[in-house]
Amino acid sequence: MATVTYDHASRFYPGTERPAVDQLNLHIEDGEFLVLVGPSGCGKSTSLRMLAGLEDVNSGSIYIGDRDVTDVQPKDRDIAMVFQNYALYPHMSVADNMGFALKIAGTPKQDIRKRVEEAAAILDLTEYLDRKPKALSGGQRQRVAMGRAIVRQPQVFLMDEPLSNLDAKLRVQTRTQIASLQRRLGVTTVYVTHDQTEALTMGDRIAVLKDGLLQQVGTPREMYDTPQNVFVAGFIGSPAMNLASFQVDDGYAHVGEARIALDRSSIAKLTDEDKGQITLGFRPEALEVVSQADSGAFPVEVDLVEELGSDAFVYGRLVGPKAVDAHVTSGAGNDQLIVRVDPRNVPAKGQRIYVKIRPGNEHIFSSATGQRL
Amino acid sequence: MHTLQITASAPDPALLDLPWKIPLAEWPDEVLAALPRGISRHVVRFVRLSGRVIAIKEIGETVAYREFELLRQLRKLEVPSVVPVGVITGRVDEHGERLEAVLVTEHLQFSLPYRALFSQALRPDTALRLIDALAVLLVRVHLTGFYWGDVSLSNTLFRRDAETFSAYLVDAETGDLHRTLTPGQRNYDVDLARTNIIGELMDLVAGELLDEEVDVIAIGDRLVERYASLWDALTGAESFTHAERWRVAARIEALNELGFDVGELEMTTDIDGTSVRIQPKVVDAGHHSRRLMRLTGLDVQENQARRLLNDLDAYRAATERQNDDEEWVAHDWLRLVFEHTVQSVPRDLRRKLEPAQLFHEILDHRWFISERAGRDVPLPEATASYVENVLRHRPDEKSLLGLAPGETDPDFTE
Repeated sequence: MATVTYDHASRFYPGTERPAVDQLNLHIEDGEFLVLVGPSGCGKSTSLRMLAGLEDVNSGSIYIGDRDVTDVQPKDRDIAMVFQNYALYPHMSVADNMGFALKIAGTPKQDIRKRVEEAAAILDLTEYLDRKPKALSGGQRQRVAMGRAIVRQPQVFLMDEPLSNLDAKLRVQTRTQIASLQRRLGVTTVYVTHDQTEALTMGDRIAVLKDGLLQQVGTPREMYDTPQNVFVAGFIGSPAMNLASFQVDDGYAHVGEARIALDRSSIAKLTDEDKGQITLGFRPEALEVVSQADSGAFPVEVDLVEELGSDAFVYGRLVGPKAVDAHVTSGAGNDQLIVRVDPRNVPAKGQRIYVKIRPGNEHIFSSATGQRL
Repeated sequence: MHTLQITASAPDPALLDLPWKIPLAEWPDEVLAALPRGISRHVVRFVRLSGRVIAIKEIGETVAYREFELLRQLRKLEVPSVVPVGVITGRVDEHGERLEAVLVTEHLQFSLPYRALFSQALRPDTALRLIDALAVLLVRVHLTGFYWGDVSLSNTLFRRDAETFSAYLVDAETGDLHRTLTPGQRNYDVDLARTNIIGELMDLVAGELLDEEVDVIAIGDRLVERYASLWDALTGAESFTHAERWRVAARIEALNELGFDVGELEMTTDIDGTSVRIQPKVVDAGHHSRRLMRLTGLDVQENQARRLLNDLDAYRAATERQNDDEEWVAHDWLRLVFEHTVQSVPRDLRRKLEPAQLFHEILDHRWFISERAGRDVPLPEATASYVENVLRHRPDEKSLLGLAPGETDPDFTE
């Protein structure tokens, strides 16, 4: 068992202007499940491969426990890339499929059997140990592949988009299995994905990266409740947070008719660079449909209603004078707002509804820096 | 409304006629040319299409596009690999349920999966020759900056290449192209290759396709050794004194002998000019096959080319034409010896092997019967003997695919 520490770790590729990973500082606790997430090209896979020893660290260091592994060969790092190989060997028993790497390493037979049996117990595979992989279901085969990594008893598990080549159903199933298994084993795990839902449902903590820079690291709850900047705000959560620019005046944010009371302490942090503007974030689920007279209500014209049974979402546009100045963005793209509405009471297309942000559910960002105020 | 989307460099309209509404695993026998054998993590099927055989793999959409693009780049870099045909997305079944995307590749003619090689009667050193071929392939992909990520015998196809094999990359799903690879990436690939190969061989032992006396760990270790020595020969720096400059030419010749051309060689001398340091910077595989191509237009593999060039040299000496232009002699040899020999093999048997491999085996056979007869057997006589005594009994390897539709895989029966 071990901690993992990135200490100002950077990776530059020759001929590129900015580092693929820029001075990454990240401490992962012993037994923690950390998810690296971000859009393509953000540096998440590169960060993982630096830990695996597959990418050089050009400056800074990486530690596993107290050991500096920056220049250690991959196979000597005591890590396991899970799912690097999950083709099962048809002639070999499930036990041999799980333990063959130990046999290659010269581990004594009884030790192999013991470790395989322990792993099988955790994976619910005990009764299949002496059978051939043919007898297993798709999900069980996945678990055998996990078993291969578990029997090696590495200090750290690394997983690089392990679910990307599974079909949708198996993906959701395996996601839950990996997460619960990791908790039972208590092995420090670093997991890479581009899918924020996967990150939110699996990680103890999530690290969001963009352009090689760590944006924020925290628990799923922290990432959702207090995103530290506009990027994290728009990236975490589904459907994504609505973001819009508002003029600040006298303790209120407003565009046209819309007028929203703001937290005083946030306004106090505005600087001259912000030019009296803020970026306001509000999640689709933080909005409620109210009457026009309600204070803080603003008009939205309904373009489309998406009914999902337990939920319904309105895709619409902020309307009224100067609404275009708000530069609205959301999960539905530019100029679109998403509002969660009562699925038993949905508005019609083309209708104008009034919504307001539930008090305390707004996120205020500096329009100049994008940082949370 | 769902629409099927085909992304391909040269789309074949016949692709549209395949039953895309059915999950690949359930495709009817009449569409299939064969089922793959043994180990694969995805559903794969072989299908005959416009006179060729294609391989279809069901796989996630983004992964499919990525692998398609990677395989295209590998072709451009002249890495021996399967030819990507296209990606098909937007599949739905008759109830409107989404089906997985597929990647389509061309089946490599005359290629042999390693499991097929092990289920034929084989000379005992076959495993070693497969390993050597894989080591050459791994060095070649690493020289181009490709990190494979899952090197194994299963992810490779083999073609006969004179008395050896040459290896082709089949599965690029886990790979990545970089400008250059770090030692960490190369070592990881090699280490994983070793683990996978030993695992695959252990499986063959468990299935009694390989004798249990065979030291499978030693075979895996051989890959590591062959890789390291070839990598070193191709990229290592050496220093010598100014007086030993002949060593530059010797190094280039040694690389040619290994089948590589030197595209760029870095040469530096120290300040007082007493010692010279050289290091190959760009090496290209295919020294002999390029030379044969230039002389005859024949496009064959490296060791086959070496064999044909030797025969060409022998022909030149035998006809006393050492002073003639090499191109002219090569032209006559091609017409009078190579093509004449290949065409004298009955058409139905000729298609069992590639022409260059056929010619190589006839030369081998001639050597064998000449020795036994104690005289120089002429080529036409050797050809006739080879056809009757060898070729007639050989399996057809043009498209050795796996299981016939409907046949169950004995590997997966307990």
